[in-house]
Amino acid sequence: MKLTYPHMGSLYIVIRALLTNLGLELILPPPTTRRTVELGVRHSPEFACFPFKLNVGNYLEAKELGADTILMAGGVGPCRFGYYAQVQRQILDDLGVEMQMVVLEPPDVSFNEVKDKIRCLIGDLSWWQAVKAARFAWCKARAVDAVEEKILRLRPRVKEQHKLERSFRQALQEIDAALDRGTVQRVTSGFLKRMDMMPRHKAEPLRVGLVGEIFTILEPFANYDMERRLGFLGVEVTRSIWLSAWINEHLLGGLLRVRHECLNDQRLAAPYLNSFVGGHGKETVGCTVGFAQRNYDGVIQLAPLTCMPEIVANSVFPAVSRDYRIPLLTFYLDELSGEAGIQTRLEAFIDLIAACSRNRKDVL
Amino acid sequence: MTKIGIPRALFYFYYYPLWRAFFKDLGLEVVLSPPTNKAILDDGVRSTLSEACLPVKVFFGHTAALAEQVDYLFVPRISRVEAKAYICPKFMGLPDMLKARLERLPPLIDTVVDAGRDGDRRSCWEDCLREAGGIFTRDKQLTDRSMEAAMQAQRRFKKRLTAGMLLTDALEDNKVSEAAAASHPQRKLKIGLLGHPYNLYDPYSSMNLIKKLDALGASVVTPESLTDKEIDDEAAKLPKRMFWTLGKRMLASALIFCRSIRLDGLIYLTSFGCGPEALVEELVARWAKQRNDLPLITLTIDEHTGEAGMVTRLEAFTEMIKRRPKA
Repeated sequence: MKLTYPHMGSLYIVIRALLTNLGLELILPPPTTRRTVELGVRHSPEFACFPFKLNVGNYLEAKELGADTILMAGGVGPCRFGYYAQVQRQILDDLGVEMQMVVLEPPDVSFNEVKDKIRCLIGDLSWWQAVKAARFAWCKARAVDAVEEKILRLRPRVKEQHKLERSFRQALQEIDAALDRGTVQRVTSGFLKRMDMMPRHKAEPLRVGLVGEIFTILEPFANYDMERRLGFLGVEVTRSIWLSAWINEHLLGGLLRVRHECLNDQRLAAPYLNSFVGGHGKETVGCTVGFAQRNYDGVIQLAPLTCMPEIVANSVFPAVSRDYRIPLLTFYLDELSGEAGIQTRLEAFIDLIAACSRNRKDVL
Repeated sequence: MTKIGIPRALFYFYYYPLWRAFFKDLGLEVVLSPPTNKAILDDGVRSTLSEACLPVKVFFGHTAALAEQVDYLFVPRISRVEAKAYICPKFMGLPDMLKARLERLPPLIDTVVDAGRDGDRRSCWEDCLREAGGIFTRDKQLTDRSMEAAMQAQRRFKKRLTAGMLLTDALEDNKVSEAAAASHPQRKLKIGLLGHPYNLYDPYSSMNLIKKLDALGASVVTPESLTDKEIDDEAAKLPKRMFWTLGKRMLASALIFCRSIRLDGLIYLTSFGCGPEALVEELVARWAKQRNDLPLITLTIDEHTGEAGMVTRLEAFTEMIKRRPKA
């Protein structure tokens, strides 16, 4: 069995640590490129969301490298993600691509469904070894988040931005290659220390919160490198979704104590969106209010085109913006978004919030 | 008399008999917005996000048209009308979207309809209506009586649908008998028509699709003529449980249409940007392709759709069916 799974930002590092330690053979899809998009778009439904199309592209490229089994997550609605795997399987069948699909999803009837699927994957490995592999993967998830958090903070501050990017990429590679927890921790702390010594600008940067749908936030290819673009424009970005916090909340049921950006997002969202709407709709509104309360200069929402929960969230934005007097910008992304258009809109938005922020200081 | 407004959009097409009977029996005056027209659509387009789908825009237009005339607006927060199956995230956030984007709204009756994980089709509406009734009267017996009348009206409506009556006729509680309405003249062509009822039966949104087909010599079969049980049984055969109520109806009807009835073709009407449809329609199209002799056309509508384009495509489709050699 040669297992593969679709890309979502740095998630591949975490999953690779988990699966390799479970004794599985992996063939990862190559990093997402324009070719991936073209393959995916050609075979996907026109109005499916962007992640769906990138997934299909990833599968086909992994198949070219020899993968024969796909590991995918699922769900039970109302977000479309829950039905991805079913449609994707049909597409692969119709293309004559022979690939197995193992879909991990919340059980419909009993927990045994999940247990059986995992058993089928890991063979006769003991549960203790599985737990050990999970702990190692968790350690890498924390390391990746620590590195990415640092880079978000430093991008607008350091003078040598390209050197920063280089060390960042290198640190991710080293974390990915690390074989034990000691190495992971050493690489991470080494990176953090070295970065703190880089020469910096004096001025405090503007602060922008990034909210929205998880895939478009975490996958730089899908959001046209939004975080780096903002960093280079001199803006400190705070993400609302972190890989480790997400794993803890959704896969471990909040077992561990992880610092979460927007702890009270459910309560904060209530005056504007008083219902679960699937996906990250309610979190988007809650986090936006959270950022506004902490005096951020602006909030940017990212979502794939036709994403239903984010459309609902975006629909109530005028009320949030009015109440907190905070500028909000939304990007709906798909394969047709143009880089120049995104850059222009970002520059205009940054100019606007810079002016707003100056005005506010004058009043004080 | 207190006036309660019901927008003629979205789930009006499924549950109007239930709502009307309930509020009428409670002693309220039920005010329905006029049929969709250009002004309503334009209003809706202006007040919604451009990314929202056409039916949601239409709903906003109807709400705005009613806002000044009524004391209350009935906009239930419809989450699940059967166990474990949602409608769509936009339905769940509808009252919030209205409040954030429309000004001068009368108080919204936004009680929750949620069958949860083990409720049923009846109890979820009972909960919603009981709560809504509590706003107008403290008389529990009156509420219960109105509820009974409402359920009866809804049952009657369902019965008329499965008897083969077109939804628009069944909805307007007119005096045509079921048998007379169901025995519309059989045309040469028989076409399966898939699509959400709020698109299919809104003559303005769908640009009179059903009448147009009739004029082209085709009679239609719609998912509404199938009973809930038929839909459920068929949907149970899917490899994965479908978690959208409307998606389930579409998939199951498509399977039934593909298999049992002698149909000449399928027409799938979707609205631009409809989330669930993007995946459901893809599956239906792929299944229809597997059956070599069942042509399918997908018509996507939005606020920019031109009538001439629609007519041309329908004419081409029916011509193509008429001329292909019968197997």
